[in-house]
Amino acid sequence: MPRLSSYRDFDWVLLGFVLLLSLISVLEIKSATLHTKFHGFDHKQVQFLAGGIFLMFVISLIDYHRLIDIIHWAYGVSVLSLIAVLIVGTKVLGGRRWIKFPGGIHFQPSEWVKLVLILAVARYFWGLAGKELTWGDIGKAAAMVMVPMALVLKQPDLGTALTYLPILICGLFLGGIRVKQVGLVVLAIALIGGVAWKSGKHLKPYQQARINAFMDPDSDPRGSGYQIRQSLIAVGSGGIWGKGANKGTQTQGDFLPIPYTDFIFAAFCEEHGFVGAIGVLLLYFLILMRLIQNAQTASDLPGSFIIMGVVAVIVFQIAVNVGMVVGLMPVTGIPLPLLSYGGSSVLFTFLSLGIVMNIRMRRFVN
Amino acid sequence: MQMTHHIDPNDVGPNGRAEKVSAGKLHAAQYIVAGILIVLITGLWRLQVLGADNFRALAEANRIRKVPILAPRGRLFDREGRLLVDNYPSVSCYLLREQVKDLDVDLPLISQGLHIPIEQIQSTLRRYQIAPKYQPIPLKQDISPDEQAFIAAHRDELPELETLDEQRRLYPRDGFAAHLIGYVGEVSEQMLDDPRYAFYSPGDVVGRSGVEQTYDALLRGKDGSRDVIVNSHGKELGHLGQELAIPGKDLKLTIDLDLQIAAEKALDGKNGAIVAMDPHTGEILAMVSRPTYDPNQFSVRLTKNYWNEIINNPDHPLLNKSLQAQLAPGSTFKIIMSVAGLQENVAQTMHVSCNGGAEFYGHFYACDKHHGAVDINNAIPYSCDTFYYTLANRLGIDTIAKYATSVGLGQRTGIDLPDEVTGTMPSTAWKLKTQHDKWFAGETISVGIGQGAVTATPMQLARALSGIASGGVFRRPHVIFADEVPPEMQQAIQESFPGSGDAIIPLTTENWQLITDAMANVTSSPIGTAYAAHLEGVDFAGKTGTAQVIGHDALAKTNKGHNTEPNAWFVGMAPRRNPDIVVAVLWEHGNWGNNSAKLASQIIDAYVNKQRKRDNNIRIATTPEPAKPAAPTSETPTVPSAE
Repeated sequence: MPRLSSYRDFDWVLLGFVLLLSLISVLEIKSATLHTKFHGFDHKQVQFLAGGIFLMFVISLIDYHRLIDIIHWAYGVSVLSLIAVLIVGTKVLGGRRWIKFPGGIHFQPSEWVKLVLILAVARYFWGLAGKELTWGDIGKAAAMVMVPMALVLKQPDLGTALTYLPILICGLFLGGIRVKQVGLVVLAIALIGGVAWKSGKHLKPYQQARINAFMDPDSDPRGSGYQIRQSLIAVGSGGIWGKGANKGTQTQGDFLPIPYTDFIFAAFCEEHGFVGAIGVLLLYFLILMRLIQNAQTASDLPGSFIIMGVVAVIVFQIAVNVGMVVGLMPVTGIPLPLLSYGGSSVLFTFLSLGIVMNIRMRRFVN
Repeated sequence: MQMTHHIDPNDVGPNGRAEKVSAGKLHAAQYIVAGILIVLITGLWRLQVLGADNFRALAEANRIRKVPILAPRGRLFDREGRLLVDNYPSVSCYLLREQVKDLDVDLPLISQGLHIPIEQIQSTLRRYQIAPKYQPIPLKQDISPDEQAFIAAHRDELPELETLDEQRRLYPRDGFAAHLIGYVGEVSEQMLDDPRYAFYSPGDVVGRSGVEQTYDALLRGKDGSRDVIVNSHGKELGHLGQELAIPGKDLKLTIDLDLQIAAEKALDGKNGAIVAMDPHTGEILAMVSRPTYDPNQFSVRLTKNYWNEIINNPDHPLLNKSLQAQLAPGSTFKIIMSVAGLQENVAQTMHVSCNGGAEFYGHFYACDKHHGAVDINNAIPYSCDTFYYTLANRLGIDTIAKYATSVGLGQRTGIDLPDEVTGTMPSTAWKLKTQHDKWFAGETISVGIGQGAVTATPMQLARALSGIASGGVFRRPHVIFADEVPPEMQQAIQESFPGSGDAIIPLTTENWQLITDAMANVTSSPIGTAYAAHLEGVDFAGKTGTAQVIGHDALAKTNKGHNTEPNAWFVGMAPRRNPDIVVAVLWEHGNWGNNSAKLASQIIDAYVNKQRKRDNNIRIATTPEPAKPAAPTSETPTVPSAE
């Protein structure tokens, strides 16, 4: 157990920013669900946050080296749980993503696999520290990430599967992949992607439709283009100052789809305008800078790797979610960390932060 | 496997070196994060600062639905302010295509609830395929309370259904004055292509004939709208404001209800037309055409059956025979012949001996009777053909045509009603132009008695007699009082209904007196052809006409019954000098002009009785019973299946 004085090294500033964003999240969820049957989701979000903060403190108590020690077990259990989901998972909205436990608890394994992968990748590259990456090393790292990714894609859950990629990329980047290797990998991905897109067999029709809708939102305004079109209208009509809390016509009039999860940023932009949006992005910037700073001050390589893995996932989610909301990215069901409603997302984010705190608290240990 | 062995956190690492991630890479990460956020901010700037106005407009369009408030159409009154055409409130159901989620799923329910066959809804949808998505499609008019309740009860499942309160036209019963008043209907595709109707959009109700068509711009008013805030399911969240409808203008027709009733009654069960007008002003006092139709059927629930019935009726109920029947005027044309003969100083001294006809250019032209010695004074009451054959022969076709044209034949009268026809007044120039042939003198003989190529409408004859009877002042016939219509619109209407309009023909007093006296003898003297129609104590004058529809020889050979009988004409006036009313009657296949004269006398009688009562200060209250809208029932099929 760490000494209580370690909590002086707990990143209270980071926690402050995080809680500020969480407060914004609760208020916006309240507004976005005001006239819907999801009214009251803000209270549930507060409960998730309380649970998340509790778990953050709990996980910060366990030395992250202990976690790394058992990560191969956790990795194995992760893969098994993903296979289990495909077999016994509850089917919701056309995908098997949840395992239902007695007592009404829904558990989405793909969310905590993120955390497992962050730790596993850190552990793996720690083992390779100081030596040049061979194609074999790259291949093993890729396989480590691609196996759960393929299982999640099978559910199908493209959004969550994609969040595993930045963990791999971050690992390779920090692990010392060379420019020549990057070039070849990018080329290979482009080729495989191109062939897959051409053959059309590897994307579900709705996924292809989403990409088409991204290219031309007006092509099917009532179909696939509807969400992105309504999102653009919500964000754009917010203008510089926004329409005010609870006054977003797109949000309140139910034009904006799922304004409390994937499109919460669009709802926020409508009601609080460009100024509000900049404020939120600034908070994210401060949080991310704070995290990277913690990565710098980490006492050892796996600590830095883990924190940067967390940074990579959060940045990726922000880029994809906000990019989607403002029309720079195709629609993918990726929640916006700290803002979107949802237990799994909140728990992942706070567990990640717990590990970051954990690393920070132990930065003077060796 | 490296992952399998225990790692001591206090160890320096598997490779025996205390590694740290290079500061350079973490700095790079900071720049990458900052870069991504800047790209996102640029995206926000583009939408929220540069595109704000555009997106704000889209957001408004998204949530505000303009629900039209339809302007009630102006009502129509007779000259004494008695109501002819009214409105009644009605509810229609519209389909909002923007609200449709899955029409295939909803169709059976809509069909069942609104009692419309699925195929009919589909065909309606096809018709509106090219119309913009936001435009509501009318599904059913005049829906029943049951159907309204159905729509209200299925708000959530069928957000695409919308009801709209409307005012519908209520016309008098039994096609009363239908041709004069006209009817309203949905604006047609051809009309929308016409620049004059640029103002209308598909689905608008517009006057399709009669006064409804001519004065549509005044009657229709201006629709308003109510801005309703809706959510994406079309559920109303609140109201923003409204623009009230401006009701259409009520119009006073020149029609006299009492005379119209008399005229309707006179033609009941017959085919033909009656026009009564005030010769001083050109005001139309009554106008009837038979057979008639029910204009109520056009504004609501025009059924296929009714439409087929109207369209396939050989007597053409939609035709306004007052303006559109161009037929040989028969002997009524002799009045115009008399004007020509007298003004040319030919008829005054002309004497013929009628032996049942005369020979011209090697052809024998028959007269009805042996009238013996005939001059202009008895030629009119006798209606002696021989006299007018001779007169025509002496005047020549072009002189006849000059006078006939100057009293308005061969051209529209310019009445403010649609679809008037010109009739025909032949001349040498006319024949050369239309048939590329020269005029034969023999052809002039038949024209002298209103046969041959000459044709006229009841309206033309009414206007011609009005002018002649009032000494040569011809008025443009009209059905709306001029002061009801703004001056600039009067101008536009006159221009859109070109015709002979107002005109003056210098008719000498002697000639005028001679003609009107002779016409008085037609009805008041036992020698007159219409003595049977004379009215005791009323100075009722006129001229009969019996126009063959087929030649004498052909008539002898065929026995087609009813449709071979001659058309019976009569034009009359009262009183003889300076008349207040002129009546023209066409009774198709009515056999003898005398029969039509009896119909005209009924109207003159009604007119005189009214004057008597007015002079005795007795209040008159006769009103046609307005039709009551049939209570829409769920069993009423909108379009019956084709038989």
